Amino acid sequence: MRRFLLSLSTLAIIAGVAHAGPVEDREALMKERGRLMGELGKMAKGEVAFDAAATLAALQTLQANAEKGLDVDGLWPAGSQGDTEASPKIWEDNAGFKAESEKYKSVVDAAVASAPADVAGLQAAMGSMGQECAACHQTYRVKK
Amino acid sequence: MSAARKLGLSVLLAGLAGAAAFWFLTEPKRLEPETVALLANGDAARGERMFWAAGCASCHARPKAEGDARLELAGGMELKTPFGTFVPPNISSDPQDGIGSWSAEDFGNAMLRGVSPDGQHFYPAFPYASYIRMDPSDVGDLYAFMKTLPAVQGKAAENQLSFPFNMRRGIGLWKLMFLSPEPAVALPADAPEQVRAGQYLVEGPGHCGECHTPRNVFGGSDKSLWLAGAKAAEGEGNVPNITPGDDGIGSWSASDIVAYLETGFTPDYDSVGGSMVEVQRNMAQLPAADREAIAAYLKAIPAHPKGY
Repeated sequence: MRRFLLSLSTLAIIAGVAHAGPVEDREALMKERGRLMGELGKMAKGEVAFDAAATLAALQTLQANAEKGLDVDGLWPAGSQGDTEASPKIWEDNAGFKAESEKYKSVVDAAVASAPADVAGLQAAMGSMGQECAACHQTYRVKK
Repeated sequence: MSAARKLGLSVLLAGLAGAAAFWFLTEPKRLEPETVALLANGDAARGERMFWAAGCASCHARPKAEGDARLELAGGMELKTPFGTFVPPNISSDPQDGIGSWSAEDFGNAMLRGVSPDGQHFYPAFPYASYIRMDPSDVGDLYAFMKTLPAVQGKAAENQLSFPFNMRRGIGLWKLMFLSPEPAVALPADAPEQVRAGQYLVEGPGHCGECHTPRNVFGGSDKSLWLAGAKAAEGEGNVPNITPGDDGIGSWSASDIVAYLETGFTPDYDSVGGSMVEVQRNMAQLPAADREAIAAYLKAIPAHPKGY
């Protein structure tokens, strides 16, 4: 019996890691965006030398990340606002929020499709992606 | 005369004296002629810098306007506050619906004293409590620039405010308490020129303190917590502490602040959000030296704990 309970709790822990819940998942998704933007930002600012292959790799990871973000119903299900920085507007205007996710994805797609060949190109790509970060955070995030 | 009538008369007289004092104290006060003279011959090219620094488009462009549409100052955004809903008016160059028929003096009285051409108080949602610190010649330049912007027809909706805030005359008392051209922060006598330039931009045209400084019960900025962050006056959430302490942005270098104002990315590559999105767009339009001056000032001011 004890062993059974133990394995049940182990299962629960494993399940917890594999599927932490929508809030944790979306926060991890956003954190990854920030980390990847940071990698690109170091090159855009000239803190590290521009590397076209590394730029493309980071952009492709951002693309996969943006793809995951399209699952609005899974990541931002109704009732999951809690004490997070998610604005109630996400659910009041769910179609508008989904449109922003699509728009962000298309901006990242465009950056991958015409991968930056130099620092100026990278700065322009970051500018257009950053504008979309801001456009969505303008309406759908509340600073706590 | 009976004692009761005497009492009644003195109450009446005291009431009248009070009303007269209120009327006198709350009278809209216009600019002195010497200041009006400094508004003349504004330069539109220089005025564009003031336009972005002062953030006119953030409230007076139509909601969600992009690109050149941000220069169409039709008004109409709704600012929902505890006092009621403020609707920024049309300030385009349209002579009927906008401010196209205003003289430079009218414009100066609005920006620097919060008084309309017909002699009424504007609500301090229009941040003249900051603009009062502007150099009159900068206001004259801004006037000249705004003349070059498109005329847009159509009046914006009226404010919807609850009693007693719908009584404009009472704003005269608010002005007596809170309207002052004095600097918000006393900088040391040997403060570098760049820090002083930043002080002018932040405390004057930039009106950063209007959102980043908490307000007291009368709605005046609490200067003892200057830029320490505040509960958002409009919308939800909080406006961050931008003083250089642990509760603020002490971990940001001056170049981090400059990069944020230019690109909208924080040092850890989070992005600008909320009302600051419009502000950052405006800041990105300024000459680099202005963003550097703002950063120098924000590193130089006293650190405070969170103001919310």
